Amino acid sequence: MSNRTINLLVPVVSVILGLIVGAIIMLISGFDPIAGYMALWSGIFGDLYTMGETIRQITPYILAGLAVAFAFRSGLFNIGVEGQLIVGWFAAAYVGIAVELPKVIHLPLAILAAAVAGGLWGFVPGLLKAKFHVHEVIVTIMMNYIALHTTNALIKTVSGGGDRTEQIFASASLRSEFFANLTDFSRLHYGILVAVVMVAIMWFVLDKTTLGFELKAVGFNHNASQYAGMNVNKNIILAMVISGAFAGLGGAMEALGTFQYVSAKGGFTGIGFDGIAVALLGMNTPLGVVFGAVLFGSLKYGALNMPNAAGIPIEIVEIVIAVIIFFVASGYVIRLLLQRAAIKKEAK
Amino acid sequence: MTKRKFGLGLSLMLATGTMLTACGSSNEGSSTSGSSEGGEEANEFSVAMVTDVGGVDDKSFNQSAWEGLQQFGEENGLKKGDGGIDYLQSGSDADYNTNLNNLIRRDFDVVYGIGFLMEGAVKEIAEQQPEAQLAIIDAVVEAPNVASVLFKEQEAAYLAGVAAALMTETKKIGFVGGMDIPVIERFEAGFLEGVAAVDDTITVDVQYTGKFDDAALGKTTANRMYSGGADIVFHAAGGTGNGVFTEAKERKEADPEANIWVIGVDADQYDEGQVGDSNVTLTSALKGVDQAVIDIANKAKAGEFPGGETVTYGLAEDGVGLADSRGAIPEDKMAQIEEFKEKIASGEITVPEKVE
Repeated sequence: MSNRTINLLVPVVSVILGLIVGAIIMLISGFDPIAGYMALWSGIFGDLYTMGETIRQITPYILAGLAVAFAFRSGLFNIGVEGQLIVGWFAAAYVGIAVELPKVIHLPLAILAAAVAGGLWGFVPGLLKAKFHVHEVIVTIMMNYIALHTTNALIKTVSGGGDRTEQIFASASLRSEFFANLTDFSRLHYGILVAVVMVAIMWFVLDKTTLGFELKAVGFNHNASQYAGMNVNKNIILAMVISGAFAGLGGAMEALGTFQYVSAKGGFTGIGFDGIAVALLGMNTPLGVVFGAVLFGSLKYGALNMPNAAGIPIEIVEIVIAVIIFFVASGYVIRLLLQRAAIKKEAK
Repeated sequence: MTKRKFGLGLSLMLATGTMLTACGSSNEGSSTSGSSEGGEEANEFSVAMVTDVGGVDDKSFNQSAWEGLQQFGEENGLKKGDGGIDYLQSGSDADYNTNLNNLIRRDFDVVYGIGFLMEGAVKEIAEQQPEAQLAIIDAVVEAPNVASVLFKEQEAAYLAGVAAALMTETKKIGFVGGMDIPVIERFEAGFLEGVAAVDDTITVDVQYTGKFDDAALGKTTANRMYSGGADIVFHAAGGTGNGVFTEAKERKEADPEANIWVIGVDADQYDEGQVGDSNVTLTSALKGVDQAVIDIANKAKAGEFPGGETVTYGLAEDGVGLADSRGAIPEDKMAQIEEFKEKIASGEITVPEKVE
């Protein structure tokens, strides 16, 4: 087998294995796997509505994945995407409610506010890491809690004691009548375009600019980078700020697109944490993140239809989805097995 | 490098695509047979509900709502599934719209959104699907096809406060709230008022945990309260409140003579408080979500769906109340509680919704 065929076979085999193990789990728990997968399929691609909603679900995953991936490339583990996303969500919604401006100003302003808020939330761990060598994992985890409870308190103040803010003004909304009509009133919004642009920007920054080169160099070996005359501290802070800004934009997608408001949360949204898996599935490259997000978003959204159309409890569904993602993530093991099989064949 | 990843990802997409298309085509056959089934049963009345993130087994209002639907199903000979009764659980806030939409597309006559968290979703879907009949619990949605259901939690909590004030020996009582939101504030306001109505020298330690799903946090909060001398803790904190029960039961187990009580919320939580032969549940502030769900379903079935209206269930309507204390509260004190109950039901006492 040539390398090329193996490259093609790995993802195919891992998805098939994932589906088979998922099917076995459904069989053992007494449900019909074929009905289950049909429900999953139609939950993702069934009609225009579900397709629109699937893309909507993918949008914040792309940005959360980019945030994690960007930090990773600079050698930083940003677990704070969740918190950065939450503050971005709040900031975008706040700008959306507080003022009414023409759309050309209002919408970019709200999106920018989210990026700035997320960036600030990334700046703190970046600064602590650069100046005092505090490990960014600890700081970002703690910043998640601070973000959650601070925004909850702010939401209470802004809404006058309630648990969610009012709707944002239409001038700050990413919602699109065109998309809504196209997809039978799904919540698909222009955010997907923002996400795609960000993918391009991340690719450009990382691969085509000096800044990107330096960031990657710091990621590979910060001692060598310092020796080569790069400002390591500056790069660490910058990487965290940019990463945070991506995450903040993910929050803006929820604030200005999906929900049109921000409500007090009893716990984390999970998007930021899933973003870690999305980035790792995508090998921390911009395009890889897109595929990771497509896989995660589609499965997450399609899974909702499994209890609905096939009567499989959501708990079983979550296990099946996790198994599929698990097998896709363990592509390396499958590659190894395929190569061994190929070598054996040649030996014969 | 990037190119190779691109090819890898693309082939992955194609692989899933081709593989699942096979399933997809056979799906069409089964889905048409499904809808024809639905057609035969079109004269039947069907109801379904969407839970909030608490899930259907939250031992609180989601569960209570589903029990109400099941009871309605039994009374009317409906089975779980299309054309009968059904529920969908939501994993995150973003799932509400989809779940509501899915149920409406399956032609359920009434679809409930359970919990204030679903306010935004119900409003949006109601506008998009003007033909659908929706109901929401614990929030008000102003739309002609939505029935809003509210409870006077403060009245049940008032009685709980009276009961606690009559029963406390240390004159210290605890209140554990979930998130600091209007619904829980109504519990707090009523409870404080009820305690003060009996004896205003009693101190009530009010703690909000900020969460509905963190039993460990509920346990530590209750631990602090009991250690600080409180002998009765009232919780309005959903799953977090389960931790309050755990703490109370541990203390009771260590010292069977300990005077430790918990007042439950939403449903009768007597079973939660069982420890050996004794029980730490004093009573529970009931919120009749199940009865409200049945009531709305019955009205809709009779063609009197209260769309665009807000239905409020209080003590007077038997929508809220106190659970049977099963002897934990002596007769003479029960009689006093009963007096307060009548005064509230008749309107002599108005219980405030907000803490003053």
